[in-house]
Amino acid sequence: MAGKTTKHELKSNTVPAMVTVGPVALLLLFLVVAPLIFVAVMSFCETDEFYNVVYSFTAENYAKLVSPEYIKIYAQSLLIAFITTVLCVLIGYPFAYIIARTKSKKKQLLYMLVIIPFWTNSLIRIYGWRTFLGSSGWLNKLLVFLNITPEPLDLLYKTGTTVLGMVYCFIPFMVLPLYTAIEKLDTSLLEASGDLGAKPLNTLIEVILPLTSGGIFSGCIMVFIPCLGYFFVSNILGGGNTDMIGNLIERQFKSANNWPLGAALSIILIIVTLILVKIYQKLGGDMDSLGV
Amino acid sequence: MKKERKEKRNKFISILFCLMVYIYLFLPIFVIVVNSFNATTSKPYLSWKGFTFDWYVKLWDNSALLGSFGNTIIIAVVSTLLSTIIGTLGAVGIYRYKFKGKSVINGLLYIPVVIPEIVIGIALLTIFSNANIPRGMLTLILSHVSFSVPYVIFNVRARLSGYDKSIEEASMDLGANRLVTFFEITLPVLAPGIAGGALLAFTLSIDDVIISYFVNGQTKTYPLKVMESIKSGVSPDVNALSTLVLIATIGLVFITQSGILSGKHKKI
Amino acid sequence: MSTIVELTGVNKLYGTNHVVKDLNIKVDEGEFLTLLGSSGCGKTTTLRMIAGFEEPTTGSIKVEGESIEEKEPFERNVNTVFQTYALFPHKTIFDNIAYGLKMKKVPKAEIRERVLEMMEMVQLTGFENRYPSQLSGGQKQRVAIARALINRPRVLLLDEPLGALDLKLRKQMQLELKRLQKKLNITFIYVTHDQEEALTMSDRIAIMHDGVVDQLSTPTEIYEHPATRFVATFIGETNIYDGCVTSVHEGVATVTLENGAVKVKCDDSFSILEYATVSVRPEKMRFDSKMHEGFELVAVVKDYVYVGSVLKCIVSLPNGNELKIERLAGQELPQIGSRIYPYWEPEDGVLIHNDSYKIFKALDEIKLA
Repeated sequence: MAGKTTKHELKSNTVPAMVTVGPVALLLLFLVVAPLIFVAVMSFCETDEFYNVVYSFTAENYAKLVSPEYIKIYAQSLLIAFITTVLCVLIGYPFAYIIARTKSKKKQLLYMLVIIPFWTNSLIRIYGWRTFLGSSGWLNKLLVFLNITPEPLDLLYKTGTTVLGMVYCFIPFMVLPLYTAIEKLDTSLLEASGDLGAKPLNTLIEVILPLTSGGIFSGCIMVFIPCLGYFFVSNILGGGNTDMIGNLIERQFKSANNWPLGAALSIILIIVTLILVKIYQKLGGDMDSLGV
Repeated sequence: MKKERKEKRNKFISILFCLMVYIYLFLPIFVIVVNSFNATTSKPYLSWKGFTFDWYVKLWDNSALLGSFGNTIIIAVVSTLLSTIIGTLGAVGIYRYKFKGKSVINGLLYIPVVIPEIVIGIALLTIFSNANIPRGMLTLILSHVSFSVPYVIFNVRARLSGYDKSIEEASMDLGANRLVTFFEITLPVLAPGIAGGALLAFTLSIDDVIISYFVNGQTKTYPLKVMESIKSGVSPDVNALSTLVLIATIGLVFITQSGILSGKHKKI
Repeated sequence: MSTIVELTGVNKLYGTNHVVKDLNIKVDEGEFLTLLGSSGCGKTTTLRMIAGFEEPTTGSIKVEGESIEEKEPFERNVNTVFQTYALFPHKTIFDNIAYGLKMKKVPKAEIRERVLEMMEMVQLTGFENRYPSQLSGGQKQRVAIARALINRPRVLLLDEPLGALDLKLRKQMQLELKRLQKKLNITFIYVTHDQEEALTMSDRIAIMHDGVVDQLSTPTEIYEHPATRFVATFIGETNIYDGCVTSVHEGVATVTLENGAVKVKCDDSFSILEYATVSVRPEKMRFDSKMHEGFELVAVVKDYVYVGSVLKCIVSLPNGNELKIERLAGQELPQIGSRIYPYWEPEDGVLIHNDSYKIFKALDEIKLA
């Protein structure tokens, strides 16, 4: 309301606005903004010999970030996250398409079956994979039993194992937005495309993909970014051979006790996130489809 | 004829493909369930030593495991309750009122959603340790509320966008004051969005590993207990508990899906 | 009849947007008053100010002689029927209609009795346990009306209540609403953009244009004696001539138009050399094969259009302007292309003050030419 505000309007708007939005604002301020600013500040701090944080300015942490061993891990992280994302699209898209366009009455059930695994803790499920793939795991027992291989294969602690776990963790984040996007697709558009002489592949490229690209983009963001930080997957399945940025950060806070260095490493993740989100927005992505 | 055969073949490929994806999704769960009946008693509990229900009995003696599960439930219930209240109020307020900094709040809400959990985790850890807040139940609940609230807000907001504001005016026009209108009209109409947000908040809280891992102090949640035991091998009683939880949640879903709980408002 | 709603000097500004300008309206008890105008004219804002959803920037609103600006909507003894119906989606039809009484803490037994009675009155008996989403548009409309009327308000505000219905249903509901209003003797303030609806139902109509009431009068008066050029063109079909008053003699003015002089009845508020507008309804127009005394218009017949029992004759003036002349079908008519001399009885035309800038400019251009 530009111009003059009457007493009545003040009474009716300011108090309810404060009561409703106040708690959220305080929460965001103290539990989101302040901690992140604090991390940024800490990334410029030093530690003393007892690993306590000393608040004096240094850029040393950032200098450490460019050491060759770290750069190798960044590259490895980006590679694993990238492969994970690509696999999620390649598996998730056709899968989402089939369940979203099925005419069967079991559609609801098919959808629920994607969500149900999530009610079992993700750590345990990843551990389930380790049990399954381990040298005395079921898969190796089966392979040996069928005489496909004389000795149990060494399946764990490889990049591929970590990717398998990551895809496993994140594929629902790809499937669910795609399912929503594909389900919204108007069938008559596909019929119109066919009617105008397009073969199924043409229809896919000309109509279906462009109309569901929003779902693909948001799915990619929801997979790629958190993937960089999921340290426990590479811990359990990669066994230290497939470290990601997340593992580096975790170590600084949990064992190496160099919090400022961990903070600096986190800043990298924040920057990567910001860049990807900016690209996503440039591509016309809707922030709201990231949330739900 | 040729077309029909082609369609049949396509359908077969689709079903096969979906089946493989579902197998992929459920394989580790199957492993967990089977291992909960494993009679092995020696670490790392990997080789199959025969079928037993023992672990489902022994489970009740493992007070550390049950305690951590209790913690998880307490944290999930409290943080869901708090984030649902804060989020619902916030969503309604942001939707309804004009105020300075509205776009800032809207933008900040996306941070906990897009930033990797580990960053949120260490950021909360540094602020808690610097503010000398002892890490434990309180910090776990605060942290869970902070990452759940945006999800609640997004859910309620989705419901609000299709919301006809004039029904509130109609309510006031018919003699209900603002408070009565909120409880009689606004809340019931937003209920599906609020319930969806609360369910999401609860799920996120129960499953959270990464953020809890940094802010827990000495308090163990169920996922953290699992993480601790992974080094020496997860014992089958953990699998047994997971199996029970899985059965309970699936049962709950079938109850709600079959409309026993939601029958009354089905027609909305 | 006593005044039940009184708006005095009411202004409403949204920022710098002046949507309601110095409104003065008195509504009589038991009256059916319509606020008529196109979208954005301020009619809905006016209604919402009476209901209490908006607050006037300046001015006062009185209901039953009592100032109500400081009262919340739920404290006002007026009820509203919303354009979108605004039925509560999570409540049954019964609970929707009972809502107002429940808020007044009326005993349950009485609520039940009154709701059922009201449902019978709007022909919804048997729908008690349905939800709004299970009803048709017309039925929702009835629920919205019943929900408001059950509170026995002194004034019922209706915001385009029939706007979402199809034509046939709208006609039917118009009559039903009018019947209810007479039966219950409640004051109705009705907002619509549909002039036919307004003419059919209202005791009086306030025509709003750009935040201002151009005319507040009975339907007949508005149709036959429009107060402004806007009202003349907005209500019904008419022929409009802009010109300059060149003489006033015994209540008849001679107005010189671009195409020649015409005569029209006028009151003594008009003076010589004033720019003014003449409005003549098509059914009042006449024509002849020779020029009539005092009328210098010459036209050529362009087309005939049959509209049921009436025939519309479209003729064109030398400057290209078209006139519509209505005739009963079956009368003998000049051929298309032939020359005619339009005229009318001076008392059948209306002379309207015109201060539109455009007219000055147009006339200046004519003079220059």
